[in-house]
Amino acid sequence: MIDPVRPGYVYLYKRYERFWHWAQAALIIFMMITGFEIHGAYENFGFKRAVELHTLSAWTLLILWAFTIFWQFTTGEWRQYIPTFKKVGAMVHYYSIGIFTHAPHPFHKTTSSKHNPLQRLAYLALLSMVSPIIWGSGLLYLFFAYWKDFGLDKWLSLQGVALTHTAGAFMMLVFFIAHVYLTTTGHTPFAHIKTMITGWEEADEH
Amino acid sequence: MTLRQLLAAGMLCAAALVQTAVLAADIPSLGDKLPPHKSTADHSKFKELDKVFKTGPEVTKACLACHNDAAKQVQHTKHWTWEVIDPKTGQKLGKKNIINNFCTSTVSNEKDCMACHAGYGWEDKTFDFSKEESVDCLVCHDSTGTYRKLPGDAGHPIYVRKEFPAGSGKFVEPVDLQKVAQGVAMPTRTNCGTCHFFGAGGDGTKHGDLDSSLRNPPKFLDVHMDAKGLNFSCVNCHKTSQHQVAGSRYELAASRTGKPQPQGKVDDNPASCQSCHGDKPHKESLLHAERLNTHTDTLACQTCHIPEYSRGSVGTEKVWDWSTATKMGPDGKPVLKKDSIGRRAFDSKKGDFVWDSYLKPEYRWFNGKVAFTTRGDKIDPTKTVEINHPEGKPNEPGARIWPFKVHRGKQAYDPELKNLLVVHTAGEDHTALWHNFDWPKAITTGMETAGLPWSGKYDFVSTEMSWPIAHMVAPKGDAVPCAQCHQAEGRLAGIDGIWLPGVHKNELIDTVGWLAAALALIGTLIHGIVRLCVPCRKPRSKA
Repeated sequence: MIDPVRPGYVYLYKRYERFWHWAQAALIIFMMITGFEIHGAYENFGFKRAVELHTLSAWTLLILWAFTIFWQFTTGEWRQYIPTFKKVGAMVHYYSIGIFTHAPHPFHKTTSSKHNPLQRLAYLALLSMVSPIIWGSGLLYLFFAYWKDFGLDKWLSLQGVALTHTAGAFMMLVFFIAHVYLTTTGHTPFAHIKTMITGWEEADEH
Repeated sequence: MTLRQLLAAGMLCAAALVQTAVLAADIPSLGDKLPPHKSTADHSKFKELDKVFKTGPEVTKACLACHNDAAKQVQHTKHWTWEVIDPKTGQKLGKKNIINNFCTSTVSNEKDCMACHAGYGWEDKTFDFSKEESVDCLVCHDSTGTYRKLPGDAGHPIYVRKEFPAGSGKFVEPVDLQKVAQGVAMPTRTNCGTCHFFGAGGDGTKHGDLDSSLRNPPKFLDVHMDAKGLNFSCVNCHKTSQHQVAGSRYELAASRTGKPQPQGKVDDNPASCQSCHGDKPHKESLLHAERLNTHTDTLACQTCHIPEYSRGSVGTEKVWDWSTATKMGPDGKPVLKKDSIGRRAFDSKKGDFVWDSYLKPEYRWFNGKVAFTTRGDKIDPTKTVEINHPEGKPNEPGARIWPFKVHRGKQAYDPELKNLLVVHTAGEDHTALWHNFDWPKAITTGMETAGLPWSGKYDFVSTEMSWPIAHMVAPKGDAVPCAQCHQAEGRLAGIDGIWLPGVHKNELIDTVGWLAAALALIGTLIHGIVRLCVPCRKPRSKA
């Protein structure tokens, strides 16, 4: 959508989408801080408080997701996550070579296709692998007290669930580092972040 | 409803009120206040007790005239027999049989030890356990606080004024048995504490979770016994029926599952916390998702709710080293040294002691079974001998992680026959260790009295004894904080069979995880730096 009032700009991220993104970002960062404290990596809130805050954030994020899933389906935005292998090679080439020589970006964002092919794959991996690992193990971890009621104690061990959750957390940490770095790869280092805040992307002039 | 009906209803109510008022006026005024004691019988008004008693057994006879089954009941308890046959192991236990690592053995030392026997006259093995008047009612039922039994009198109270301890210049007055008999009542903390606070010969010496500070404890020391609050007496939990006191250390239920047991219902272990609280006592929000209640599958209640024992200046004995006993001062005379707050530190009669207060318990898996090393049992002197070994494997049904006071020491053993020795310590005869300071003579008498062989050699072996901690339950706000266990080198370090978030990790996952994160960080940084510094930039093409 090219705004008649702001020519040269595309309204890429709608209000709810931006709210979802930043709320989720804050929650995930906070859950990494509290989660790694529970893991014993350092001391900040204290173990008990860290567990409580981590659990509270988890519930908050679940509620946020309930709205977001609704939003994805009612707006049809879920299609943004359908993977494509077109131009994946070009993207890899761009990030490993082109970006240094200031070659043009091989992908043009549009409202119907906001994520570049690598992004799509990364987000899909996050949604289909990292998320289920973290949420599956996290909810089992949280509801450890109820395992017996469902006969789960015969199949699961706290150790296995805890380690799965930790492994998921490390995956999320790696994603987070890469994701934050890649936000700086726009035409200016803060261009992508600005877009994510305002919703407006400078229309690609190419 | 018509107006007439309303009027009729109103008049009926008024009539009922008048009627009630008339009835109330009919009750005669009772005038006198209720008698101050709870019992329905005022023992001070019984003519059977209104006389001078010369001995304890005389009082007992008077008691039995009305309470005609009381002695028979007491005679079936371990307060009388000092013997317990462990139903699980068949071992003969109880003070009559075991060797501990405090005063070590009652055998051959009865005249002293029986100051804590609920009976009169147990001096040696000829004691008649069937004689009803030998039962001591008063030690448990005295409410005057004046009834006292001293070591050396074989369980009799003080009949004549005497110097105690001998040579101290302090004198103890005889007990007014008539006053004590007329003031009998249900046992209080002070009654039980007469012996249980002073086990092993001194205040707080033995248990660590039982000492004289519990006579009148503040809330922080024990939430149930809090003198200004719930003010529980011992028998509130240690429910007694036919004089059988529930909740013996010898018959301990390490776990108890299910709902709280309403009072009055048959309960095989009324002294357990769960008897009143159930095994899932914590009220938790969805945020905590029954997290604390899950801990009860692994931990005893006491493990979190007794953060420290001996929470007071009384303290408790941690170490008793008999190997230095009989060592004399430079003048060849026995020495008595105290620590900085007046607790025994060295005694030529007994050896070296270490005392302390505010102690963190040691934790062990425990299923309620205890294997004892008793008289005649073979020991391995190259290792620390466990006088009593709390059994229980990790996560075995019925086992929980329990807090213990572990009392360590050195005591006499036979290096040839490899068993612990019975030593005749107390007494005025020439073989008593505390009188004559001669180990071989004391051991000879001790082992002969016990009917056991002795090679003639003796040495000292390291021993330890574990005492489950169950008293001095703190208010809930003082329970052990989560992080005290959920941290590296926390309270439960070294306990097998548990996964402790915050402590236990998988080295591989952690190494790979942190390495991946570090590589991502370094990789992006290099990427970024190269991106910013590459000189051969093409100008961004503009359309």
